[in-house]
Amino acid sequence: MAEPILEVDALHSFYGKAHILNGLSFSVGRGEVVALLGRNGAGKTTTMKSVMQLVRPREGKVRFGGEDITGWPAHRVARRGLGYVPEERRIFTDLTILENLEVGRQARREGAPFWTVEALFELFPNLSERRHNRGKAMSGGEQQMLTIARTLMGNPGLLLLDEPSEGIAPVIVEQMARTILRFKDEGLTVIISEQNLHFARAVADRAVIIEGGEKKFDGSFAELENHPEIRDAYLSV
Amino acid sequence: MGLLIAQLLTGLANAAALFLVASGLSLIFGVTRIVNFAHGSFYMLGAYIGLTLMNILPGHVGFWGSILLAGIAVGLIGVVVEILVLRPIYRAPELFQLVATFGVILVIQDLTLMTWGAEDQLGPRAPGLRGVIRILGEPVPLYDLALIGITPFVLFGLWWLITKTRLGVLVRAATQDREMVGALGVNQSWLFTGVFFLGSALAGLGGAIQLPKGGADLLMDFNIIAAVFVVVVIGGMGSLPGAFIASVLISVLNVFGVAYLPSSTLVLMFVVMAIVLTVRPFGLLGREEVAGEHGQVGEPERPIRPFGLTGRLIFGAIVLALALLPLYGSPFAQVLITDIVIFCLFAASLQFILASGGLVSFGHAMFFGGGAYVSALAVTYADTPMELAFLLAPLGAGLIAILVGWFCIRLSGVYFAMLTLAFSQLIWSLVFQWGEVTGGDDGLVNIWPAAWLSDTTAYYLFTLLVGLGGIVFLRHVIHSPFGYALRATRDSARQAEATGIDVRRVQWVAFAFAGMMAGLAGGLFVFSKGSIFPNELEIAKSFDALIVVFLGGVKTLSGAVVGGAFFESVKDWLTRLEYWRLVLGLVIIGVVIVAPEGIVGTARRVGERLGLVKEGEGTR
Ligand SMILES: Nc1ncnc2c1ncn2[C@@H]1O[C@H](COP(=O)(O)OP(=O)(O)OP(=O)(O)O)[C@@H](O)[C@H]1O
Ligand SMILES: [Mg+2]
Repeated sequence: MAEPILEVDALHSFYGKAHILNGLSFSVGRGEVVALLGRNGAGKTTTMKSVMQLVRPREGKVRFGGEDITGWPAHRVARRGLGYVPEERRIFTDLTILENLEVGRQARREGAPFWTVEALFELFPNLSERRHNRGKAMSGGEQQMLTIARTLMGNPGLLLLDEPSEGIAPVIVEQMARTILRFKDEGLTVIISEQNLHFARAVADRAVIIEGGEKKFDGSFAELENHPEIRDAYLSV
Repeated sequence: MGLLIAQLLTGLANAAALFLVASGLSLIFGVTRIVNFAHGSFYMLGAYIGLTLMNILPGHVGFWGSILLAGIAVGLIGVVVEILVLRPIYRAPELFQLVATFGVILVIQDLTLMTWGAEDQLGPRAPGLRGVIRILGEPVPLYDLALIGITPFVLFGLWWLITKTRLGVLVRAATQDREMVGALGVNQSWLFTGVFFLGSALAGLGGAIQLPKGGADLLMDFNIIAAVFVVVVIGGMGSLPGAFIASVLISVLNVFGVAYLPSSTLVLMFVVMAIVLTVRPFGLLGREEVAGEHGQVGEPERPIRPFGLTGRLIFGAIVLALALLPLYGSPFAQVLITDIVIFCLFAASLQFILASGGLVSFGHAMFFGGGAYVSALAVTYADTPMELAFLLAPLGAGLIAILVGWFCIRLSGVYFAMLTLAFSQLIWSLVFQWGEVTGGDDGLVNIWPAAWLSDTTAYYLFTLLVGLGGIVFLRHVIHSPFGYALRATRDSARQAEATGIDVRRVQWVAFAFAGMMAGLAGGLFVFSKGSIFPNELEIAKSFDALIVVFLGGVKTLSGAVVGGAFFESVKDWLTRLEYWRLVLGLVIIGVVIVAPEGIVGTARRVGERLGLVKEGEGTR
């Protein structure tokens, strides 16, 4: 593995009294694409939120680029170069597409790809045509593109994509896969959470499987092929 | 025709200041979700600061410059308030925030009094705009025309700021999803502070710009806040165009009201609001509010327990001591305790609807004063015997609560709070303006108890019986199946619905019941004093009860009783201080930030820590 850009170290996260992450550890190398896999309720989203500090881990550490970011407010984490694309997308429906992008805009960042509005419209031509429309009447795929574009406006060095293929037409899923591969080419580090194993295999270098907030597998997809029992136990295929 | 146009112009001119203040409140609410009760205080500060500056700075530039500077100064004061008072409590339940901003009102009132004195101040007239011009024969002040001319620019300026600048984009995004804006790298604290600056500055501008028409006085804060709430609620919370339309609507209506229905000006505004909300519960341009955290206060509630043995013994001892008071206490002590018991019952009825119902009522005085007025009217006009008239107090108040409840229950959170406040203002203005019947400002006098109760001691014992009986009854209802159903509607309306509870009906009945018990307290009150005045219906009276419940500890009925007793006992002493509002305001703010469980909650926590009280046991 290349030098790690993100290290998650023995994380424990809670919602009230519910213990969700149970000593989870993994790390991600610079330029790597890692797929976070697991069934519904396994804790994928909670992991991403804990990395972003949207959920404050009660124990454990998150290090980004060698710096301990545990306990930081989320906006500071984002300003350090972590980009988060939530599962529910959460686009601002009262704002136009251009304005949605404006909310995400941050200054250029050393060591991370730089995105302009025009570059993003080139990447997602569907958005370009509707740039002055409000976010209200958009398809699931368009919403997904907009959330990703909005996050990229912050020029992150690490992108957290929570279930990017969920609820999108198959054609668009394929397009999405190509887009993620392109991010990798640009030098972006990406973590995606997925239920769609096929999609994950197409874009990711490595799989991390979690269940009940614990890591059950960490390795390449080739390795995973050799252990069908792991797949059957922790993934719903 | 000329008259009509002149009146229309006056209305539009009045709308200018109202819109400035209302848009500020709306803006702050949209982003921070805080209903800033102190917004009227910022308006008042704007007027005083503007006035002082106008006396220093000469000429045209001085006049208009003063208005601008007053806006900026008030904006900065708003920032101080935001950082010191609100930042620590953004995550606290709505009620705490509302109470904290009420503390700010008190503090600002006394600071204003200290700085500028108690006399009303006349506003200077605008240089170059002193005269009137005639339009179709009717005189119209030039300054009115100037205000009408300015308003579109203000509206345009705000529109530009909100739609065309990055700040505006962030404000609109935050109005929808604050957390997401943070996750995209925007520091919310500064966004909130910025919005607070802007909103407060708008209130300050409003206060300064109306100086030539209205001057400055110490009642401005309360006088405008009801109108501003009406405007914001009618327009839709968080909507600037809505605030604009509603400001114009209300101001124009007011002017025509003054001309054609002079005794109903105040009432009219609330009637319009009631109509609008019946048709569109979230205002003309508002959108449905996501239910916030209402009555739930901080950490989860402890399970309710019946009084333990110790609790019963203590309660019994207190009752006995009070009942025997005439044997050892002075008549003065009896009068004082009569007042205290009445106030405790009133506060307990509010605590019931607030904590068990999760319905934060801001107009509870309408039932207290309403009940008292029903009795007083019955005595004055029908020579009703006291015993019967006394019973009419809770019945009358309950009836008012049924009517008002029909409108209010359909809303929740801040909308509910505002609507109850508006209705209490409606009833206050009815009583205040309908002088022929209610005596208006002079009140109704000579409302004495029957002969067998006319003695101080007799009435004291009567109050003790009815008042404590009422409190015990409230407690009983809290622990009855109805009380459990009510708490279920509070915790999750949807789940309650699923278990077969008719949520609206349960809440409505509870609201009416709380109103009835407040009316009972009002009945006790009117016959103990022999008179009733409109101030028993005022916002301030409702706030007294809220503060008491809050200081005592929101979660328990005993909190309301302890708070009520504490407040009534210190009030006498406190109000002798020159700047008692300042003290009270600071205490309130301090309690919100430091000891949000109130007296009873904090005492119990300390007791638990010291091992005096067992975990979970104690008074309820
Ligand atoms: N806000 C919350 N409060 C309480 N529990 C929650 C909350 N959000 C999630 N949970 C619980 O935490 C557990 C993990 O949820 P999480 O959303 O992280 O799973 P996930 O792997 O992302 O699932 P999915 O594939 O369905 O998105 C689940 O049991 C869920 O019910
Ligand atoms: Mg998820």
